[in-house]
Amino acid sequence: MLTQQEIMMIIEGLRDTLIIVGLSTLFGYLLGLPLGIILAVTDKDGIKPNRIIYKILDLVTNILRSFPFIILLVVLIPVTRAIVGKSYGTGATIVPLVVAAAPFIGRMVESSLKEVDKGVIEAAQSLGAGNGTIIFKVLLAEARTSLLVGATIAFGTILGYSAMAGAVGGGGLGSIAIRYGYNRFQPQILWPSVIILILLVQLFQILGMRISGKLDRRKK
Amino acid sequence: MSENIIEIKDLNKSFVSEKGHVEALKNVTIGIKKGDIYGIIGLSGAGKSTLVRCINLLERPTSGKVIVGGKDLMELNDRQLRSERRKIGMIFQHFNLLMQRSVIDNVAFPLEIAGKSKKEARKKALEYLEAVGLSEKAAAYPAQLSGGQKQRVAIARVLASKPEILLCDEATSALDPQTTKSILTLLKEINEKYGITIVVITHEMSVIREICSQVAVLDHGELVESGSVEELFRNPKTEEAKRLVYSGSTHVLSMTSKKVVRVFFNGQDSYEPTIGNIILETSTPINILYANTENVNGNAVGEMLLQLPDDVEKADRFIRYFEEKGLNPKEVKYDADSAGNNDDN
Repeated sequence: MLTQQEIMMIIEGLRDTLIIVGLSTLFGYLLGLPLGIILAVTDKDGIKPNRIIYKILDLVTNILRSFPFIILLVVLIPVTRAIVGKSYGTGATIVPLVVAAAPFIGRMVESSLKEVDKGVIEAAQSLGAGNGTIIFKVLLAEARTSLLVGATIAFGTILGYSAMAGAVGGGGLGSIAIRYGYNRFQPQILWPSVIILILLVQLFQILGMRISGKLDRRKK
Repeated sequence: MSENIIEIKDLNKSFVSEKGHVEALKNVTIGIKKGDIYGIIGLSGAGKSTLVRCINLLERPTSGKVIVGGKDLMELNDRQLRSERRKIGMIFQHFNLLMQRSVIDNVAFPLEIAGKSKKEARKKALEYLEAVGLSEKAAAYPAQLSGGQKQRVAIARVLASKPEILLCDEATSALDPQTTKSILTLLKEINEKYGITIVVITHEMSVIREICSQVAVLDHGELVESGSVEELFRNPKTEEAKRLVYSGSTHVLSMTSKKVVRVFFNGQDSYEPTIGNIILETSTPINILYANTENVNGNAVGEMLLQLPDDVEKADRFIRYFEEKGLNPKEVKYDADSAGNNDDN
């Protein structure tokens, strides 16, 4: 059985995981949502095509997406230090997580927005809508269910990355699972941590799908 | 020409596609008078949709002028163009409603664009929904509506921006004949009630006949014929126009087997039993392979395909008779085998 202390540790781990993943998703969207919008808008079939902007962002996004997360974690140490003040600990894992998540989120936002029917965009233009109106009232509004599904996927992916936070001394369940479960071979700590992680992903998956289903008005 | 609300001058539009350079429109010039219902007809690929998109600059012409309400649209900046577009409504084949917005919020959308508050926009929107007879569906979502209802919502949405012009891009092509009729009736009402000039793009002659007063025929990007609808039906000059007016008979003709003539009726002859008389006179039966006669503004017009006897002398007798009667007989090639397969367009 787990000791009182071990239970406390797992609860703290859960709290850290939620903080890390929550903040990383939040900041990831703060960067990724505009990125995705710009990608969708400036692409050649977008509402304001701009070859140069699209190509640059496309390239940067691809480069960041090709970094294995654990490498990104190391490469970004100077940046993390500049932003957080130190290169280890819970706060320090958020920086590389955001950098990893933003391009991923950007791509998902881009593809969600590109699913919006071109005819509807054309109709909005024919009504005299400007690009700002089209982005907020047509693209984002019409793609909302797809965006929510994307957010659910993003959350799960970031949760997966966050397990590597232990490598730089960050907290969270993933880190606990590695340190106690792997390094010290304590399966009684490994398994509860893993099961909680699985439940967490399940919970958010179900929640995300349910909300997006509720919000979808395309069904009869 | 100054009363023309829409003037299209020497319009050219070319695309660069994977297949190479495509000239979608070639030197198209059209003048549309205020208050008219103007039809633009052509087969698919004729450039109709491109042409109508040039009227509100959803497509930018390669060259030429688009003057709407006295303003040269190509000279305007983005902001000015957006404000002009509000005066040029457009409805589409696939309705293009915002699927995540309720019916009333779809109609409120142009009002929101115009800067009205959501509450005010909804209040106004309800009036326009009433105008198209759909106020009881205000809270529904487009996915719950039939095609005809969706098009009514689209029309209400357009009306909400108080347009002077309404462009209809194959607006009834996705609808069944009965719904088509009711939408066309609604368009006619709108034209009369609000004085909105309507431009109708279609590949269906029946739509033109139903509501248009003027018509232009587009073929491979070129304007081949234009004028009053009555005139087009009575006397289509170009091959393309004939094919559209007598649509359905086009693929009946392919190969020669027997002597077949096509005769054209134009009003004054149709109350006389022309065909019956000659049959009685010559005591020789002829076969009506195809007939399509219409009543256009009190004048019957149309055509028939007649199979004449093999005997050259007798056949010539018929042809002379048709010429006398002004039916303008033309010998055509006819393939009996393919006569049955006439799918629409």
